[in-house]
Amino acid sequence: MRLKLVPQNTSFDFFSRWKLWLGISGLMMVIAFTSFLLQGLNFGIDFRGGTTIRTQSAVEIDVGTYRDAIAPLGLGDVTITEIFDPTFGPDENVAMIRIQAQADAEAVEAATITAVEEALKTVIPDIQFVSVESVGPKVSGELIQTAIIAVALAIGAVLVYIWLRFEWQFALGAVAALVHDVILTIGIFSELQIRFDLAIIAALLTIVGYSLNDTVVVFDRVRENLRKYKKKDLKEVLNISINETLSRTVMTSVTTLLALISLYVLGGDVIRGFVFAMIWGVIVGTYSSVFVASTILLWLGVKRDWSKPSNNAGNQFANVDA
Amino acid sequence: MLQIDTWKRVLIWLVCVIGLLMALPNAFYTRVELSNDAKAAIELGADTPENQAEAALWPNWLPSSLVNLGLDLRGGAHLLAEVKVEDVYEARMEAMWPEIRDALRDERSTVGTIRRQDAAPGEIRVRISQPEGMPRALEVVRGLARQVQTLTGVGATDIEARADGDTIIVQLSEAEKLASDDRTVRQALEIVRRRIDEVGTREPTIQRQGSDRILIQVPGIGSAGELKDIIGTTAQLTFNPVINRGTDPDAVAGIGQEVVPSIDENGIFYIIESAPVVTGEELVDAQPSFDQNGRPAVSFRFNTSGARKFGDYTRDNIGAPFAIVLDDEVISAPVIQSHIPGGSGIITGNFTVEESTNLAILLRAGALPAELVFLEERTIGPELGQDSIDAGKVATIVAFVAVLAFMALSYGLFGLFANVALIINVGLLFGLLSLIGATLTLPGIAGIVLTVGMAVDANVLIFERIREELKSAKGPARAIELGYEKALSAIVDANVTTFITAVILFAMGSGPVRGFAITLGLGILTSVFTAIFVTRLLVVIWFERRRPKTIEV
Repeated sequence: MRLKLVPQNTSFDFFSRWKLWLGISGLMMVIAFTSFLLQGLNFGIDFRGGTTIRTQSAVEIDVGTYRDAIAPLGLGDVTITEIFDPTFGPDENVAMIRIQAQADAEAVEAATITAVEEALKTVIPDIQFVSVESVGPKVSGELIQTAIIAVALAIGAVLVYIWLRFEWQFALGAVAALVHDVILTIGIFSELQIRFDLAIIAALLTIVGYSLNDTVVVFDRVRENLRKYKKKDLKEVLNISINETLSRTVMTSVTTLLALISLYVLGGDVIRGFVFAMIWGVIVGTYSSVFVASTILLWLGVKRDWSKPSNNAGNQFANVDA
Repeated sequence: MLQIDTWKRVLIWLVCVIGLLMALPNAFYTRVELSNDAKAAIELGADTPENQAEAALWPNWLPSSLVNLGLDLRGGAHLLAEVKVEDVYEARMEAMWPEIRDALRDERSTVGTIRRQDAAPGEIRVRISQPEGMPRALEVVRGLARQVQTLTGVGATDIEARADGDTIIVQLSEAEKLASDDRTVRQALEIVRRRIDEVGTREPTIQRQGSDRILIQVPGIGSAGELKDIIGTTAQLTFNPVINRGTDPDAVAGIGQEVVPSIDENGIFYIIESAPVVTGEELVDAQPSFDQNGRPAVSFRFNTSGARKFGDYTRDNIGAPFAIVLDDEVISAPVIQSHIPGGSGIITGNFTVEESTNLAILLRAGALPAELVFLEERTIGPELGQDSIDAGKVATIVAFVAVLAFMALSYGLFGLFANVALIINVGLLFGLLSLIGATLTLPGIAGIVLTVGMAVDANVLIFERIREELKSAKGPARAIELGYEKALSAIVDANVTTFITAVILFAMGSGPVRGFAITLGLGILTSVFTAIFVTRLLVVIWFERRRPKTIEV
C-alpha cells in the first residue's frame, strides 16, 4: 500500500479567495515589519560586536552568581543565559555570556576576556570555557553590510534568471514570494528574539533558494500548461498547474522537513537557531510559492501565445489577462 | 525506447565507484588521519617503528584524502588580524632621513643650513636657511627617489618632495604607499606562517583577506590568546645609537629621537636616535647561546649590507653606547669596545635559557613589518566540536533513515531506486568534498542534511511526472521516458536557482557560512547527477530485465 499525502487527482481552487490570502500575507508582513521596527533583531556578536563566552561546569548554573562575579568589572551590558538541550549529559551545565563591545575599541579586547574568565574561575572553580568568540565593531559593521548585499544579490540574480527563462511577470511573482519569505523570517526572529547571527543569513539565502525551487516548479508547469490549454483562462491554467504539482510540492516539503526536524531535535543547540530559520522558511516558502507567487502572476497576467514573437514585446500592459 | 548507451552506463557506474572510493577514507576518519600523519612524519625523516605501524593502518593504494574539519567541529582558534600598514611609512621615512640630510648638506652653499622640523608621522619636514636655494634643494631630494614598479603607471617614484615656503616636505608617493602596503601584508603573512610553523601545529589556515587583513585559523590550539602569543605582536629588533641614559620617562627628546624604557632595569630610560643603524630585517641567523660568563644570550649574524653598516658604525663610534631595542624596549645598551667587522655579535641581557631560545626564534622568523590589530577572535573548545560532530552524525543518520523510509512508502520500488541514488549521492558528496579538500563546518553538516531532504526532489518531480503520464494511458516504457524528459526543465530551473544562491553565499560568506555554501552547492551537483543519471539507469536496468506490462509508481 502506498503512502499518499495528496490524493491522485485534486482540483482545489486556490484562487477563490486570493484576496484573502494576499491580505493575510500582507498583514503578516506588516506585523513582521512592525515587530522589527519596535523590537529590532536580537543581533549576535557577528553583527553587533562584542564577546560571547560559552561556559560549561558540573555545578548547577545560578545566573545570579555569574552576574555578581562579572558585575565588578563594569563591562556594561552583560547578558547571561542558561542553555538547555536534550543532548547534554547530567553534569553539563552550559551558560552563554554575552558582553557588549567596549566603547570605541576597534579591535577585540583580550584583557576583558581574561578578566571575565578569571572572575568566573574564582566563583566556579571547575568552569570551562568551551568557546570564546569576540568580534570587533569594525568587522561587525562590515558583516552586516556584506549580509545585506548577499541577500540583495541573491534576489537580484534570481530575478534575472527567471526573467531570462520565463517572462518578467514570472520573475516579479517569484521575487515577491522571496521578499515575502525573507521579511516573514526576519519578522519571526524579531518577534521571538532569537539570536540573529551570520549563520542565519546563510539560512535566509537557503530559504530564498528553496522557496524559489518550489516556485519555479509551479511556474514551469504553468508555462507548459499555457501552451497546452490555449483557450482556458489564466486562473484556470494556474489552478490546474498548482493541482498537478501539489503532490510533488507536499512530498518535497515533507522530506525536507523530516530532515530538518531531525537536525532541529538532535543537532545540538549550536545550530538550532539556524535550523529553526530553515524549517520556518520551508513552510513559508511552500505557502508563498502557491499563494503569493502564483497570485501575483494571476494579477499581472502573462503573454499567452508562446509560438509567435509578440508584437507588444516591451509593452508591459498589453497582455494583462489576455 | 528506453535505452542508454553502453558507454554511458559504464561512465555513470565509473563516476559512482570513483566517488564512493574517494569518500571511503571519511568512514574511517581517525584511522586514516593517524596513517596520513605518520606518512607525513616518515617523509620528513621520522622513520620510527611506531610511525611505520601507524602508516600501515591505511593501505597506500586506497585514496587517503579526508574532508577537513572546520574549527567549529575540531576546536581551535580563529583570528582575523589587520596589518597596520601605515606603520611602515614612518619607518621608511625615518630611514630616509640620514640620506636626505647628507644630500642637502653637500649643497650647503646654495641651500644654507638645514634644520629638521616636527612633522606628522610618515612625513619629513626640513627648513633651509636660504629659501632662494629651494629649487636646487627640491632637485637634490627628488634625485634620491627611486622608481616604483606599478601596474598602472611608469615613471612613478617612491618619494614626493614639495616646498612649503622655506620648508621641504618629503613623504612617500601614493604609488609607493600602495606597493608598500602590498609588500607589508605579504611579509606579515609570511612571518605569521613561519612563526606558526615553528610551533608545528597541523593544517593551519593562514590567508590574506582583502587588502590589509590576514585570517589565521589553527585547529587544535588551546585558545586564541595562545595563538596571539605565538604570533607575537611586532618583535621589531633594531640597533640604535644612544644619546642619553636617565631615570626620567618624560625626558625631552630631540627631533628624530625618542625615549624608550629599559626592559629589565626598572626606572631606567634611554634617549635613542629613532633612525636605527641596523634592523632585525638584516639578520640572517640567530641562535640561543651563552656569553663568556655562561649566562644565556642570543648570538646573531647580519647579511652583507647589515654587516657593513654595523661594521662602519662600530668603527666610527668606539667607546659610545648603542642600544639593542626590541619592541620599543631596550634589551641592553653595551658600549662598543672595538670595531666589529664580521657582522656577527651576541646579545646579552638578563635572559633565562627559555627566554633566549624564544628570542632567537622570534628573530630568526623575522620581525613583523607592522603591528597587527586583532579584529575578530574565536576559540572553540575541542569538546564542543566533538559534541557538534556527534550530534550532527546522529541527526544526519536519523534524517537519512526517515527520508529513505518515507520515499519507500510513497513510491514503492521506484522509491527504493531513489533511495539507492540518495545513498550514492551522499557518498559522492563526501567524495567531492575530500577531493577538493573542502572544509566541513557545522552549518556544512546542516547543508548535507538539507541536501538529503532536497535531493529527493528531482526524483519526486520525475516520479510524479511518470504517474501523470501513466494516467494518459501510454505504455509504461513511454511513460517513464516522458516522465524523465518533461521533468527535466523543472529540475534544471529549480536547481540552477538554488545553485546561484549557493555561489553567492560562497562568494560573500566566510568561515562556517562558506562551508555551508560548499556542501549546498556540491550537494546540488551530485543530487542532479544521481537523480537524472543514476535512478534512470536503475529504472532502465530493472525495466529491461522484467519488461512489465504495467508499472506502479
